Amino acid sequence: MSQGFNIPRFKLPAFVAKVGARLPQWPHAIALTTALNAAKKLKLLPEDSLAMLEGRSFFVDVLDTGGQAHFTYRAGLFRPLFGAMVAPDLTFRANLSAFLQLVARQEDPDTLFFNRELSIEGDTELGLMVKNMLDAIEWPRLPGFHLPRLPNFRH
Amino acid sequence: MLRQKIPELVCPAGSLPALKAAVDHGADTVYFGYKNDTNARNFAGLNFDQKAMVEGVRYAQSRGRHVLLAINTFAQPGRVADWQRAVDGAADLGVDAVILADVGLLDYANRRHPDLRLHLSVQGSATSYEAVNFAHREFGVRRAVLPRVLTLAQVELVIKNTPVEIEIFGFGSLCVMNEGRCWLSSYATGESPNTVGACSPAKYVKWEKSPGQMSTRLNGILIDRFGDSEPAGYPTLCKGRFEVNGDTYYALEEPTSLNVLEILPEIAGIGVAAIKVEGRQRSPTYVAQVTRTLRAALDALAGDGERFQVKPAWQADLAKVSEGSQATLGAYNRPWR
Ligand code: SF4
Repeated sequence: MSQGFNIPRFKLPAFVAKVGARLPQWPHAIALTTALNAAKKLKLLPEDSLAMLEGRSFFVDVLDTGGQAHFTYRAGLFRPLFGAMVAPDLTFRANLSAFLQLVARQEDPDTLFFNRELSIEGDTELGLMVKNMLDAIEWPRLPGFHLPRLPNFRH
Repeated sequence: MLRQKIPELVCPAGSLPALKAAVDHGADTVYFGYKNDTNARNFAGLNFDQKAMVEGVRYAQSRGRHVLLAINTFAQPGRVADWQRAVDGAADLGVDAVILADVGLLDYANRRHPDLRLHLSVQGSATSYEAVNFAHREFGVRRAVLPRVLTLAQVELVIKNTPVEIEIFGFGSLCVMNEGRCWLSSYATGESPNTVGACSPAKYVKWEKSPGQMSTRLNGILIDRFGDSEPAGYPTLCKGRFEVNGDTYYALEEPTSLNVLEILPEIAGIGVAAIKVEGRQRSPTYVAQVTRTLRAALDALAGDGERFQVKPAWQADLAKVSEGSQATLGAYNRPWR
């Protein structure tokens, strides 16, 4: 069985965030919303949960890269939000390694939250919904792309 | 060599990926619930719709594992039919057993579906063999989950005096109150596990960030305040720090996780039929981490018997996913009762 790879816990040096924050932020939002829309198209995101995101705004802040993405979900699509910041309904903040560990299912969001490596601010119920929605995604086994798997003790 | 009989490992599934993680990492049995208030983990986006249930049952049973459906809240006035329909649905799905707490519902399930195996939920709050035997005699209950308030000696006493299989909690966040009897959440919000299927529902919870600290409020009531490097806990009243006679401390309970690795040989020795992992609200990652660790420990116990030793790596893996990052044996080794 493939053991996959392990994402270590790391923090990028402070200057990265300083440089990153000066770069235009919209490419992050575009990349993220494009990925989310692709996931939706593949029917990976449950419709009943998506309906509850309608009109809400989200903010993802990668602390150690300075990357930020502000977006919303409206009329069936995730869309980047440009220009003046209104207070987002939900904000996720973490270092890059924590986000990667989360997406790769290497760490549990509650563990990261208890350990204060992931911060979730804003509408708590919306936050829980998004967390549960991400947990419920069945990632397709794409050829050549393996999510890291934990070693199995039962053979 | 005589192999020690080891308890069945029962793991939580809040989603299909979590169910598959449990099965893939060595759970003997998984338990799950509907996406509504018929189960005590009724959180937005969590749990199974019909399609996911069918797939989950197929995935587990085709691999020789068992599936339990938790319908462990109390039927609310005027809506009893919703709970009865949930039981009917479980029978149609072909799950291996349903986990029930409501006496009326146990009676309904027993009469309507005599072949459906019944487990008494921890929410049913049976703490004595008399209570367990009553559920057996009246409703044909085959297994009871004991509340996390009994000492190991008390668990043994129950086992010795009942034909019903006994399941106890082995790992997970602690809910200190006599299960099924706690109204702290209702006191603060008007809603509690027994009524709406959730303790401290998220819509009442606010995490307030300010420089250097984070405050947790439940319906406006300040539950706790954490410094930036302090670990956080669940926003339930029982885990808050309150001012009592001028001292501020965990007045009801420290945020800890139950962890029985150390007393696994005793648990197996007294004849516990199954150990249960808490956490349907947690992610597939948590389920995978906890399941594989407990599987390894149980398999070691089966092979090593008396020579069983807890591996530091197991404790480290479990400590990492624990709430408050500390573990306790809970009531099991308590000298007083
Ligand atoms: S307040 Fe605490 S003890 Fe009471 S139901 Fe909630 S988690 Fe359990």
